[in-house]
Amino acid sequence: MDQKLNMKINGREVHFLRGQTVLEVCREHEIYVPTMCHDERLQPYGACRLCIVEVAGVPKPLTSCTTPATENMVVTTESPRLTRLRKTIIELLLSNHPNDCMCCEASGNCDLQEMAYLYGASLDRFPGEKWALPIKEDNPFITFEPNKCIVCGRCTRICNEVVMAGTIDMTSRGFTAMPDTAFSKPRSLQNCEFCGQCVSACPTGALTNRKSRGLGRSAEVEKVKTTCAYCGTGCNFFLMVKDGKVIGVESDYNAPVNQGNLCIKGRYGYDFIHSKDRITTPLIKEGDGFREASWDEALELVASQFKQIIKEHGPDTVGGFSSSRCTNEENYILAKWIRTAVGTNNVDNCARV
Amino acid sequence: MPEIDTIFLFGSNPTEAHPIVSLHLKKALRNGAKLIVTDPRKTWMAERADVWMNLKPGSNIALLNGLIKVILDNGWENKEFIAARTENLDELREKVQEYDFDRVEQLTGVSRDKIIEAARMYSQADKAMIVYGLGVTEHRTGTENAMAIANLALVCGQIGRPSTGIMALRGQNNVQGATDLGPLPATLPGYQSVMDEKVRKKFGDAWNVTIKKEPGLKSVEMLDECVKGTFKGIFILGEDPAQTDPDLYHVRKALESVDFLVVQELFHTETTRFADVILPGASFAEKDGTFTNGERRIQRVRKAIEPLAGMAEWEVLCKISTLMGYPMDYKNPAAIMDEIASLVPIYGGISYERLEKGGIQWPCPDKNHPGTTTLFTDLFAKSSGLASFMALDHIGSGEVADESYPLVLITGRIREHYNNGSMTRRSKGIDVIVPAERVEISPEDAELLGIKDRNWVKVSSRRGEVKVRAKVTNRSQKGNVFMTFHHQSALTNDLTSEHRCPIAGTPEYKSCAVRVEKFTEAA
Repeated sequence: MDQKLNMKINGREVHFLRGQTVLEVCREHEIYVPTMCHDERLQPYGACRLCIVEVAGVPKPLTSCTTPATENMVVTTESPRLTRLRKTIIELLLSNHPNDCMCCEASGNCDLQEMAYLYGASLDRFPGEKWALPIKEDNPFITFEPNKCIVCGRCTRICNEVVMAGTIDMTSRGFTAMPDTAFSKPRSLQNCEFCGQCVSACPTGALTNRKSRGLGRSAEVEKVKTTCAYCGTGCNFFLMVKDGKVIGVESDYNAPVNQGNLCIKGRYGYDFIHSKDRITTPLIKEGDGFREASWDEALELVASQFKQIIKEHGPDTVGGFSSSRCTNEENYILAKWIRTAVGTNNVDNCARV
Repeated sequence: MPEIDTIFLFGSNPTEAHPIVSLHLKKALRNGAKLIVTDPRKTWMAERADVWMNLKPGSNIALLNGLIKVILDNGWENKEFIAARTENLDELREKVQEYDFDRVEQLTGVSRDKIIEAARMYSQADKAMIVYGLGVTEHRTGTENAMAIANLALVCGQIGRPSTGIMALRGQNNVQGATDLGPLPATLPGYQSVMDEKVRKKFGDAWNVTIKKEPGLKSVEMLDECVKGTFKGIFILGEDPAQTDPDLYHVRKALESVDFLVVQELFHTETTRFADVILPGASFAEKDGTFTNGERRIQRVRKAIEPLAGMAEWEVLCKISTLMGYPMDYKNPAAIMDEIASLVPIYGGISYERLEKGGIQWPCPDKNHPGTTTLFTDLFAKSSGLASFMALDHIGSGEVADESYPLVLITGRIREHYNNGSMTRRSKGIDVIVPAERVEISPEDAELLGIKDRNWVKVSSRRGEVKVRAKVTNRSQKGNVFMTFHHQSALTNDLTSEHRCPIAGTPEYKSCAVRVEKFTEAA
């Protein structure tokens, strides 16, 4: 049914399946094509024009993200003409951009910055009018710097196509076009889920995670891929770590379950980790309260008390509650400990409650 | 999932409780999938459903029997599938005859037109999937409810092919793994029964002990024994029964009664108040390990920072065990996984090295096995290989609305918070947008009781009372109110009942009788 078809990219014979776009075929075969408005989670859009390629027999370049691959198609992804066009596109974007990378939150994690570098774009080839709009920080999670927006529509599309929340959409026309909430109202639970999907889709520093701002940029942080500890969906993401502290969460677009998508808890529910309320030392009951103890003292007490109970009343008067929040390995160890050191089958987890 | 042409959502509110699963469902909807929703609440999905069956809480079986009767009466069943893969249909056919429209309408409150339409839509679909949540299992008939859903899927043959089947949405990150790996009273790791002598010998030899033949007590039973004074010591790992268990008066009494209670936790909780020793826990960012998600995918958890208190839970447990005279010494969690793989056939091919390349779905019996995406493609788990229909009766909730407690309380989650809230309430911003508990009440009931949005109200049941602000919303149907259990400042489970499913032990969180009254002093 899924018959393999043939096409040629940069002189290389490649296979593809009916229905794939030229960009998808390129990505599958690790052929680089620059993109800005493209996001694998979204429908092809064809707005930024950076993904243009040359197709034999077609006089003008085509956007690879919206062009379906066809049998025996001959595609070129790099040529002096394509480079010249792409460079001009970037220079046009920069003509109305603050170009303040040195202070920008997204520096090092910005497609525009990367493309400008890649194509050696000039910052002032097209001097002209610039936006001077105020930063919007009307909610705890999402900061919007409209002056940095390139109007690629990734944020509005992910909000409507994927989350179906309808929080933001493109407003106005032409030079003043801008993603915004209805009637420019502040974001609240009335109009927003605070999933931060728009932030994850933004290719520049226009949308950033407010809680992480100023705490460290891409080059300074270590990214640790892990699995979310909230619901049972099993989303993957990166924990952003700097100086032994988790400073934020970033999407992992290759995650098999969530493809970079996250909800409010996954993306913004991390700062309990460094909460001042964390219990960081063992505590032993004393009178009406607790006193701090060393690990050695506390563990000695736990072991000897359990041993005493087992000796006096038998192992079946002791039990363990395991946790669906802990790892597989910890659940296994607890079950093993109860069945060996304690010697009973009184072990259960919170799955049923 | 985007290939599904009909989604049957049953007692599940994925846009709130499983937001990322809901994105997959939304994609299917955009691709033109039909949507049937069974839920007493008007959820996001219910609002967009082709058919919304707004059943009364506790009437799942009556509705499912009614649906099956319509399907059989109209000859909409999948005869080929039934003949090849199932047994015992006659018994079910006879049972569902008792569920005619009049009776089903009366028990469920769902009109016959909706039942016929849903039955037609699901049975005639090419690829239909049932997605169910805790609205099915958190009833005293939870296990039967799940079986009744299986009946429906089997009658229509909507199982064992890609984009069909029954998907149960699991509530917690590692609820699958925590049941897979043995902290259960009747099974050793990998669902291997303690009653099976061979299994006991295998683990006994590996662990160098004699494993007891008699199953142990379930957590709720251990608490019952504590109240009786016959239970002496409990170790609680990262759980907060004094907020999240039902019927909290009973739980508190149990935790007060037990002689020695150890709780390992990240934060002070309702439960740690009763502890004799509190041991610090490590968050998921502070340790290596694995979680198994609801589709049985085993995935890595990686240490991003050192444990704030110096040790992760697995290290602490190993130390206690060693001090008690049973030495446990593992270099790292990878070594624990190697031991698991050697003893648990469904995890047989799992190692950290393999997981580096991505998660693997169990069963994965050996190092060369790729894992399993779809279960039951040719055989069911029963020894005959056939699926057996179960004739089930409507039983209803343990506690129903009456004159003194005229409303039914449904409890559940909202998107912004999680379980006892100890993590989300300490996450900046989340605490601001949803700072406190509110009871969702229908505009009709609110008017009847003279309650306006944001008014303080007292919600009381036979067991206790909670003071919260009201949220007047048509998400709640007349007769039902809804609360979460995320807030320590309003312990919703002071209200919930002691009823539980006798087979699984799952409490009836989804239904208890309450009274709501306007309350002025606190305002």
